[in-house]
Amino acid sequence: MSENFSIEIVNPEKSFLSKDNVSEVVVPAFEGEIGILKDHISIISFLKPGIIKIFSGTEKESYFVEDGIVEFKDNSLSVLTSFIFNLKDSDKNYISNTISEAEKELSKDDIDDQKRFLLNHKIEVLKSLSIN
Amino acid sequence: MASLDDLKKRISSVKSTQKITKAMKMVAASKLRRAQENAEKGRPYSEKMNNIILNLSNSISDKENSPKLLTGSGENKVHLCVIMTSDRGLCGGFNTNIIKKAKSYFQKILEEKKDLKIITVGSKGYDQLKRIYKDNIIEKISFKESKYANYFDADKVGKIIIDKFEKKEFDVCTIFYNQFKNVITQIPQEQQIIPLKTSESEGSSFKNNYEFEPEEDEILNNLLPKNISTQIFKAMLENSASEQGSRMSAMDNATRNAGEMVDKLTIQYNRSRQAAITKELIEIISGAESL
Repeated sequence: MSENFSIEIVNPEKSFLSKDNVSEVVVPAFEGEIGILKDHISIISFLKPGIIKIFSGTEKESYFVEDGIVEFKDNSLSVLTSFIFNLKDSDKNYISNTISEAEKELSKDDIDDQKRFLLNHKIEVLKSLSIN
Repeated sequence: MASLDDLKKRISSVKSTQKITKAMKMVAASKLRRAQENAEKGRPYSEKMNNIILNLSNSISDKENSPKLLTGSGENKVHLCVIMTSDRGLCGGFNTNIIKKAKSYFQKILEEKKDLKIITVGSKGYDQLKRIYKDNIIEKISFKESKYANYFDADKVGKIIIDKFEKKEFDVCTIFYNQFKNVITQIPQEQQIIPLKTSESEGSSFKNNYEFEPEEDEILNNLLPKNISTQIFKAMLENSASEQGSRMSAMDNATRNAGEMVDKLTIQYNRSRQAAITKELIEIISGAESL
């Protein structure tokens, strides 16, 4: 019990996930992955496309997020994201659809460098998923 | 006095109106449940977002260089009002309440000799405002095709607003919408989103030492545009729940009124029918007596 903290993931439509027995969470922060354990210092950071891994006891859950903000404070972690899905629930079709959408977006001319970087990264992460 | 036939026709026409309003009420009730659920589910996101921004703006060290979206452009001349209304009518005072609130705000601004610009979201708001404020309306947006309020639409509105802000087309932005409280109460709200209003009194007491990655300004720069879309999305969700609630109670009233009218007309119909019968009887009796 003492090693656990709580996590809440919300997207604009609803509260996506809420748990209070999490022992470790790894989030894909903007400048590299961050692992968060209990009593981590208060932190606010961005997410880039990647996988959120949530460890609770022996269970492990993985979610794909596209963007978002994480805030950790007083042993509760909040993740705000606009696009998230559980890797368990997704099939290959869904992932490849998302990839082709991102590629379409990438082929447009009017995107700036930062967006291009994010899209490239997203495709990379998704591709690595569909291989496994 | 109307003839029996006329009365009969009127009764049946009121009855069919009642059927329509009753059906609309049922539809609104079932949509309301869904819209209300969505509105309630959407609240945590916007609240969390607000909290994070509050914490951030409190811990930011030099207020001078903080992003313009937070502190404003430094001037207070051009006001942009985003009026969020519905696309459909027959929902009681829903749209009128928002417009009323907005109009009193417009008056205040115009009296202070400031410029007023209006964006209407939803066609009903445009219909009601175009008569008086036609020149002030710079954009009208409507999402007739979307069945439910979704984040994608809100993001579009948010991007338009930010784009205009960056082009320095306005200094202060306020959105108007109805907050859903319950089926019979919806409170018209005005909410200033640029520059962001932060409650200072609370802020100073809980100063948190956050670690930021990347820097504070960079996070704020990224977060503030998102926050605007989020606030608009929240307003849309509240609005759609309010619209259905308002429509439901309006249709409930209409059904009840139609019922009363049917009762009244039926009594009138029966009375005149009886009067006709009595008249005929008297004619027969007095005819027999004279023989």
